[in-house]
Amino acid sequence: MELSRRALLGTTAALAATTTTTARAQSKPVIKIGVLNDASGPYRDTGGKSSFICTQQAVEEFASQMNGYTVEVIYGDHQNKPDVGAGLARQWYDRDGVDMILDVPTSSVALAVAGVAKEKNKCHINIGAATADLTGKACAPSIVHWSYDTYMLAKSTGGATVKAGGDSWFFITADYAFGQQLQRDTTSFVTAAKGKVLGAAPYPFPSTTDFSSFLLQAQGSGAKVLGLCNAGGDTVNSIKQAKEFGLDMKIAAMLMFITDVNALGLDVAQGLRLTESFYWDLNEGTRAFTNRVKPKTPDNWPNMIHAGCYAATLHMLKAINKIGPAAAKASGSNIVDAMKSIPTEDDCFGKGVIREDGMAMFPSYLFEVKKPSESKGKWDYYKTVNVTPAAEAWRPLNEGGCYFIKA
Amino acid sequence: MLSILGYNAGPLLAQSILGLINGAFYALLSLGLAVIFGLLNIINFAHGALYMLGAVVAWVLLNHLSLGYWPSLLLAPLIVGAFGVILERTMISKLYKLDHLYGLLLTFGIALIVEGLARNEFGSSGMSYAVPESLRGATKLGFMIMPTYRLWVVVASFVMCITTWFVLEKTSLGATLRAATENAALVQAFGVNVPRLVTLTYGAGVALAALAGVMAAPVYSVNPGMGSNVIIVVFAVVVIGGMGSILGSILTGFGLGLLEGFTKFLYPQGSGVVVFVLMVIVLLTRPAGLFGKAT
Repeated sequence: MELSRRALLGTTAALAATTTTTARAQSKPVIKIGVLNDASGPYRDTGGKSSFICTQQAVEEFASQMNGYTVEVIYGDHQNKPDVGAGLARQWYDRDGVDMILDVPTSSVALAVAGVAKEKNKCHINIGAATADLTGKACAPSIVHWSYDTYMLAKSTGGATVKAGGDSWFFITADYAFGQQLQRDTTSFVTAAKGKVLGAAPYPFPSTTDFSSFLLQAQGSGAKVLGLCNAGGDTVNSIKQAKEFGLDMKIAAMLMFITDVNALGLDVAQGLRLTESFYWDLNEGTRAFTNRVKPKTPDNWPNMIHAGCYAATLHMLKAINKIGPAAAKASGSNIVDAMKSIPTEDDCFGKGVIREDGMAMFPSYLFEVKKPSESKGKWDYYKTVNVTPAAEAWRPLNEGGCYFIKA
Repeated sequence: MLSILGYNAGPLLAQSILGLINGAFYALLSLGLAVIFGLLNIINFAHGALYMLGAVVAWVLLNHLSLGYWPSLLLAPLIVGAFGVILERTMISKLYKLDHLYGLLLTFGIALIVEGLARNEFGSSGMSYAVPESLRGATKLGFMIMPTYRLWVVVASFVMCITTWFVLEKTSLGATLRAATENAALVQAFGVNVPRLVTLTYGAGVALAALAGVMAAPVYSVNPGMGSNVIIVVFAVVVIGGMGSILGSILTGFGLGLLEGFTKFLYPQGSGVVVFVLMVIVLLTRPAGLFGKAT
């Protein structure tokens, strides 16, 4: 191929132009956000790519207000392995100049990444993990926990179930940090309300697919309520099999997302009660947000984790606007301090605050899954049963055991 | 209530029945593995992924072509079996002369790719597959409720296992197959197309995995990860039964299902490891497995 002089000149000119743009872009500091979650395993639908998309959505919407900086979002897969997660977190913070790590579901991985963030005084906003230790024993001045935790789930779903007469429980529990903590927190609400726990079957995670044996034990215990302290596919299988074996107990799925309801189908899931802090059809704001992101993730509508990624990013950018990019890049606690100092406000969670220990305070909603006849269309799954106001939904500040909170 | 030595035997009986149901899946899956290993000497790590593929194909047939459970029971194994034939012809057949390890690595890689693609296409939450109309409902047995579908799984799996065993051990086709693995050159000299025989055997082993997948679809949700959960246990079944022993894997499959069932009842935390503890004991005392022939 012959290269014409004109084409050559044109290319050179174009190249020169690109270089200048980059140079100009580089003159502004870049705030780098790393979204870290399960991109390929069992929690891919509850977080996954949709978390990344919702984070980007917040960045795009806030772009015009960024005060002297630009934002870059990168995405990584921790494969639900604490060592992989912690390794990637180190690399991101140390080598790749990441200023904030977002999402990180799977409690065991979350605690590992939180440890790295604490050690390096870097910002970590956890959305996807349930462990309440992130604002308790494992808390740090550079960590925020958003959307949900085991305490809030136990209080909303557990508390409401006991109140409705479910005073004797049997647990089927995923035998690792998350399941154990959820069972412990739920147990304390059940016993506080004068209910009884008659037994529990802690099963090996993640290798269990058949729950019939545990369901039969639950049935045999004579308890009125079956508490499922597991998540994702395990919850889906437990509920399906409970129906198959004609279990005549009330099921309390302690952690369940709208994506799980979608997987079960309304036929099986109808009547279940579960807790989320976000539902796409809750109000004007949530619907507007969902309509904006839906085209980018059409098969996986946002749940409280996805919404949390959006809202937390938005709030963090507001905080950076307040302190300036230099202070933000200097330390994670600068960002988090600023986040705590201004109230939150967004389409997904409305108005709220971030408490001293890093807990983002919003109301929690107890939903009941609709009957197939009540559902008007795609993803129309929930009706609201109860709302716990922000001030009561979360573990009291002095009970968490966070080291920098003075009782 | 039933009682044995003064204990209430109801729960124990219920758990053993549940164990048998899981055992039925183990038997069916390990059967395919044993056929492939016994006759081809390939450690087929892709077996779990192909089992998953069986379930996924059944789901696709139902949701995109409105073909229900019964046609799927035939079609899904055929489709996945054909996929297996392609795999064998294009890749696995190149490795017969090499060490077992190469086949293991290749099939493991295939499993990861197949699972990754499925996850990309269908997500990880799982897709529901309803129990067919004719097998809905449950029978009250006094000590437990037995879903009709699960009863069907046990019976169907048992029939499938016996048929496979019969074909391989008692028919002339089976005799030819076994002869071909002993001495391929000699059998070829008798005018038997050995490579084709081997290909079809692999296809049949894969079809058995897919059949198990279709049967599992209504019980567990159809999920790209469903194969990797079960494959390790199934390998343990094959090892305990004796690598390549057909009868061994059938009996061990049902037996381990029972053992796991009891463990879930007595000490649930241990149910994930009990199979492997047994595997270690068997390997230490009878390295060729319970039913294998020492070489």
